[in-house]
Amino acid sequence: MSAGAEPCFHCGEPIPRGLVIHARIAGRDEPVCCHGCKAVAEFISGAGLGDYYKYRDTSSTRADEPPRPDRWSAYDRPELVERLTRAEPNGARSITVLLEGLRCAACSWLADKALSLQSGVLDVSVNPATARARLVWDPGKVRLGDLLRVLEHVGLRPHPLAGEPSEQMALLERRDALKRLAVAGFGNMQVMMFAVPLYFGEATGIDPTMREYMRLVSMLVSIPVALYSGWPFYRGAWVALRSRSISMDVPVSLGIILAFVASVWNALTGRGEVYFDSVTMFVFFLGLGRYIEMIARHRAGSVADALARLAPMTARRVRNGVTEDVQAMDIAVGDELVVRAGEVFAADGIVLDGEGRVDESMLTGESNATPKPPGARVHQGTHNLATPVRVRVTAVAGNTVLSGIVALLERAQAERPRLAKAADRAAAWFLGRILVGAAIVFAVWWFVDPTRAFAATLAVLVVTCPCALSLATPTALAATTAALARRGVLVAHTDAIESLSKATHVLWDKTGTLTKGLVRVEDVRAYGDVTSQQALEWAASLEQLSEHPIARAFTVTGAPTVRASSVEVHAGRGLEGRIEGRLLRIGTREFAGDLGAVAAPADEAEAVSDASGESWVYLGDESGPLAAFRLTDPLRPEAGRVVAGLARLGLPSEIVSGDEAGAVARIAERCGIERQSARLAPQDKLERLKALQRGSAVVVAVGDGINDAPLLRGADVSVAMGRGSALAQTSADLILVRESLDELPHTVELARRTQRIIRQNLGWAIGYNLAALPLAALGFVPPWLAAIGMSLSSVVVVLNAMRLSRGAPPQRRPGVPASPQAEAA
Amino acid sequence: MEILYIMIPLGLVLVAFGLWAFFWATGTGQFDDLDSPGWTVLEDDKAPPPDEPAQKDESR
Repeated sequence: MSAGAEPCFHCGEPIPRGLVIHARIAGRDEPVCCHGCKAVAEFISGAGLGDYYKYRDTSSTRADEPPRPDRWSAYDRPELVERLTRAEPNGARSITVLLEGLRCAACSWLADKALSLQSGVLDVSVNPATARARLVWDPGKVRLGDLLRVLEHVGLRPHPLAGEPSEQMALLERRDALKRLAVAGFGNMQVMMFAVPLYFGEATGIDPTMREYMRLVSMLVSIPVALYSGWPFYRGAWVALRSRSISMDVPVSLGIILAFVASVWNALTGRGEVYFDSVTMFVFFLGLGRYIEMIARHRAGSVADALARLAPMTARRVRNGVTEDVQAMDIAVGDELVVRAGEVFAADGIVLDGEGRVDESMLTGESNATPKPPGARVHQGTHNLATPVRVRVTAVAGNTVLSGIVALLERAQAERPRLAKAADRAAAWFLGRILVGAAIVFAVWWFVDPTRAFAATLAVLVVTCPCALSLATPTALAATTAALARRGVLVAHTDAIESLSKATHVLWDKTGTLTKGLVRVEDVRAYGDVTSQQALEWAASLEQLSEHPIARAFTVTGAPTVRASSVEVHAGRGLEGRIEGRLLRIGTREFAGDLGAVAAPADEAEAVSDASGESWVYLGDESGPLAAFRLTDPLRPEAGRVVAGLARLGLPSEIVSGDEAGAVARIAERCGIERQSARLAPQDKLERLKALQRGSAVVVAVGDGINDAPLLRGADVSVAMGRGSALAQTSADLILVRESLDELPHTVELARRTQRIIRQNLGWAIGYNLAALPLAALGFVPPWLAAIGMSLSSVVVVLNAMRLSRGAPPQRRPGVPASPQAEAA
Repeated sequence: MEILYIMIPLGLVLVAFGLWAFFWATGTGQFDDLDSPGWTVLEDDKAPPPDEPAQKDESR
């Protein structure tokens, strides 16, 4: 059997040994790793969208479980549709959905096509940058639930966004800024053109009428630039002044207004100098810096949305013995909710009755389900896996743990980076001195030569404008943030880039970070005449009724094609049940073997694996053992590579894990990590971190669960996995969106380059200002030269920063080769 | 050089037109997504379902 090393046709993950599932794609059988991927791949191909596999440049998200069509029925209810969607002309409705698993332009093509093929869909626009799709449909022809179902079928799990206005606002803000920038840019180009004859005319003589004409035309073009493009600065300055503070906007506005008003006056009266070229250039370059910063800010904003989408839209409330469906927003504290198996809790609460098992991985990263007996607290956004529970609501809407996290994240994102703030403070200090200095220069010149006083003062104001100084840091950070975002690394706190460049150690969590955090069937050994396929199917059928975390490994891998009856749970040992009349047991070796007369063959591999954190599960019937399954939480394939890459950069790795020593040691060995500690509680992890930091180490922590949250918060730089827990993500500075560690070494390198560039920029900006100031004050620098110098120094800074966003192109994973089916068969 | 008295206003009209076009493009979302439209041309032509074009037309 050669299927072992083969990647799944759909998601590219290795296919468990012994497992044979084929998806029928365009007349060929392609190997896939699970029934979820099979369903998705066949749906994509069946809908005539097989081209997707040709164009995609990253592999798709593993589907994990076959689509569950019933999940979307709730979205067929009119009141929910009413709340989530907006009315469009001709009775159509529109909605924005966030698509989980949307990774590349080919994915967005897929979403677009799949939806467009549905009758009743009027318009679809998918934005791969923000992973959002906007769809407009005719409610008379197709239901929203059906459209969402289609998206799930192609492997892009949709999350309808109720908080869409903020998204809409960000879009409008971007468009508005782009328009203002365009006006400034066009205007500046024109004014520069008119400025050339004026300057040459000074030297070689120009017809006075023509000079007047050029100046008036320049004024005409500058008016929209100063008023429309400059407006955000005036508004910012006004806000700052009203709150009795000084922001960058204040001197910027002052400079623009002074130079503009003086120029207009001179242009109209025909005397003195005009500075329209300086004004428009100033507005354009400052606006450009602001625009770049805004884009970076918006990109980070989508993380908060991703968390907010965890909360469900509907709930089932019990009132006076009557159960009714209500919208999540109508739930009040004290209400009683019934949450069935497979549903998500719509609010925080206390379990009244029912023996629930809850998947809290979105909050905690813990992949094993947590038992929730009556009296236990459950949280909004977590998943009830087992029996129905009744819950008394203790917190709703803005007061739940989940929304607290979202608020925390939003606040953190609103903060300006520490570095940029320092530069702003330096700029503000500088500005105060400049204003005073300019006044002194004016006064001195007034006594020496009043005709040159204004020009010299303006030159001082313009030439020394610390915009290069205040652009130095944010542009470099924005360029890095953008470059990293393209590679799937989201920077939540830009301060982290500075810390990362100085990092000396890396602390790793094990489960879900170095490993994938999901138990999977790694190997199947069938004994006797049973095929591994048959064994897997039986195992899946038995385990389907179990809530044990191991059961998920089976139900994901094998489709339960047959029904198991009279299944009994033997706690701590396994399951027993009947399939097609055959009595079967699955569980420990003794348990499964006891049924038959022959004991399962002792496997030498088993003895080894016992110590190494893998586990074996056996299937047996009355005739004896049938099959053995090896279950592991697989190591991420790139882990060893990444650890080695970081070591080359001078960052030694160390594992801090809550897991057992054997499992930790095995993982450590396989990734080449020498230092490790096992069985650590969250505070122990933090203690280890503090110990390192006391030795003046700058520590990077990589984790994904709630038990990592203190570690992440305490670390100098924290990195979380994109699909890890929300809490880990809020504590994290960097989020690896693609769920791969591959980009980490490169991120460290980029952070170091960023620091170098920021230092160059600051050195240049300060040096330039110091050199230019005395020349300007002495009247050697005419305002136009001052404007060119100022702009050039800003341009140098911006271009220097842009070098960061160039670098190497994003790594393309080699496409999954479409291997001939003969190989696997 | 009198020609400038005509050329510059003409140039400004062109700039105004360019700006208007840019505003229109921004307002209709032409700059919202610069990546995915490039992919649509790679798609093989397929005959659309018979009733679809009519539907799409009436909505726009």
